[in-house]
Amino acid sequence: MATGPLLEERRLTPPGEVVIGAAPVAGRLSDVIYQLRGNPATIAGLAIIGIIVFAATLGPLIARYDPYQINLGEAAQGPSLAHPLGTDQYGEDLLTRVMVAARLDLVMALSAMLLSMAVGVLLGAVAGFFGRFLDEGVMRSQDVLQAFPRFVFAMAVAWALGPGIGTVIVATATINVPGYARLMRNLMLSVKESQFALAAVAVGNPRSRLLWRHLMPNCMTPVIVVATLQCGWAILEAAGLSFIGLGVRVPTAEWGVMISMGLQDFLQGHWWIYTFPGLAIAVAVLGFNLFGDGLQDILDPKRRRA
Amino acid sequence: MTGSQLLLYGARRILFIVPVLLVALFLTFALTRVVPGNPIDRVTGPYVSQEHRAELKHQAYLDRPFYEQFAFYLRDLAQGKMGTSYTTAQDVSTDLRQRFPATFELVTYAILLSILIALPLGVLAAIKKDSWIDQIARVVSVLGVSMPIFWLGLILLYIFFYYLDWLPGPVGRTGSVLTSTQPITGFLTVDSLLRGDLGQFGQAWRALVLPCVTLAFVAMAPIARMTRATMAEAMQSDYVRTARSLGLPFRVVVFRYALRNALIPILTIIAAVYGYALGGEVLVEIIFAWPGLGLYSYNAILSSDFPAIQGFVLLVTLLYMMIYLLLDVLTAALDPRVKY
Repeated sequence: MATGPLLEERRLTPPGEVVIGAAPVAGRLSDVIYQLRGNPATIAGLAIIGIIVFAATLGPLIARYDPYQINLGEAAQGPSLAHPLGTDQYGEDLLTRVMVAARLDLVMALSAMLLSMAVGVLLGAVAGFFGRFLDEGVMRSQDVLQAFPRFVFAMAVAWALGPGIGTVIVATATINVPGYARLMRNLMLSVKESQFALAAVAVGNPRSRLLWRHLMPNCMTPVIVVATLQCGWAILEAAGLSFIGLGVRVPTAEWGVMISMGLQDFLQGHWWIYTFPGLAIAVAVLGFNLFGDGLQDILDPKRRRA
Repeated sequence: MTGSQLLLYGARRILFIVPVLLVALFLTFALTRVVPGNPIDRVTGPYVSQEHRAELKHQAYLDRPFYEQFAFYLRDLAQGKMGTSYTTAQDVSTDLRQRFPATFELVTYAILLSILIALPLGVLAAIKKDSWIDQIARVVSVLGVSMPIFWLGLILLYIFFYYLDWLPGPVGRTGSVLTSTQPITGFLTVDSLLRGDLGQFGQAWRALVLPCVTLAFVAMAPIARMTRATMAEAMQSDYVRTARSLGLPFRVVVFRYALRNALIPILTIIAAVYGYALGGEVLVEIIFAWPGLGLYSYNAILSSDFPAIQGFVLLVTLLYMMIYLLLDVLTAALDPRVKY
């Protein structure tokens, strides 16, 4: 059972009060700025995401060293002017590696998020829209997926696929599909009974158009909030898999891998090798969590600033 | 709901456990057999002849389709045998019996610790909105879900083991080489007291502190968050306003009215966290070399130890179902409106 999605599902707008009316208002720039001003945590989250994206795009360009430049003469040195975050046991500059890793970790987390969202939303929409057998079939299969311990399931998938970036993405995505499917199904069940759905049918829309153009867009707001939060969890899960050697492997510049390299040197007391990559993970995930929470406040008409 | 109704409901739910276990097991079979990699090839290594390997596979039914293997497994299971693990060379049921208490002890203390901190924190945050304690609750609940748990464990180890040398390092349950004693309950903290062995009691406690705190820090977040949210909602409700307007003491209003009504979602999240930690605290166990279920499942997967994986899934699914059963019974007992 996933603690994350379970929590978020409860905190979302009740299905009966889908945010249809509020969405266009929230879309206005001045209103967005107004909402943000009342919510400093969201701004902090946004700023953190900005910094991470900056490191991910420009990090490799502004770095002073090559992330894979082995230099045993400067192995395992503590933070200094030349190496602000120190070096690992191969003498690789940690600041460079933490920055370069941002790209890989962000790409893995975003891909996993998009993959699980695409599959989950589609499954949930179909289940909720068509109901009956399809609903039963889809939702029971999701029950089964959720019956396995989350991280153990990810481990099994990752192990079966063998190490690599694609593995991390697929394994992380797999365990997150049921959350989206469940959320989407519940939203769809209520949206399809609404007045505008009836109106869309009445003017002669075919069912496929009703689903794609009328119902699905009206379910997306809560899904987007969950997706933002899930970006953070995906970073944690991806790093966790790589940390135990089932994802990306040593010596790749990836935060989880870097922590596992630090673990090898634990008894030498080289705390900087694992501290800074871990800090990078914590800060990145914090950014997505703060922003996701804020997004929820802004998009939810009941929680908005008046 | 009356007592007899509740009992009847419980009995129905317990019967329902069997088909769910069967489905979970069947899926485990299907999934493990689809994946390439055969445990026999892995255990025997390159120096065992093809013929001998084929013979071993035959003995383990591994040359048959997976549904036949499934049938054989069920037959053995009915006799209490869960198959021999390829890594420990003993029956999986023995393995699980040895490892489950370690996880159970760790996770139970961790959840208790997190409830002890998160529940008062959430309640205080809800009744004093926007005060400093509310800010602390917010920070705790967002930090807990943002920290990589394995990193947190390492940092705590560095501070309290490497730097300060106050607590034992990551060497399992006793913090030293285990003088093997026959377990009574499997809880080392309880067993040592029953034996009157205060030395071992102290060792067991000291070894528990760091993994327990690590786990509790992460478990605290969802509990504090849920408590704060549901309590805040309850405090704004009409019945709380009525109770206050009638002049009831504030403490009575908070504990007897608001908290009682907010308790069900809080219990639900506690059950979810507890179940999740029992079944999946792999990373904490790896960091602290804790000889529990998480480490066992990790090793089982890495060595494609099919019987071990099956046994693990069986046990964890059973645990989940027991926890949720307990939760539903508690819910019914707490809330007279709940009917099953």
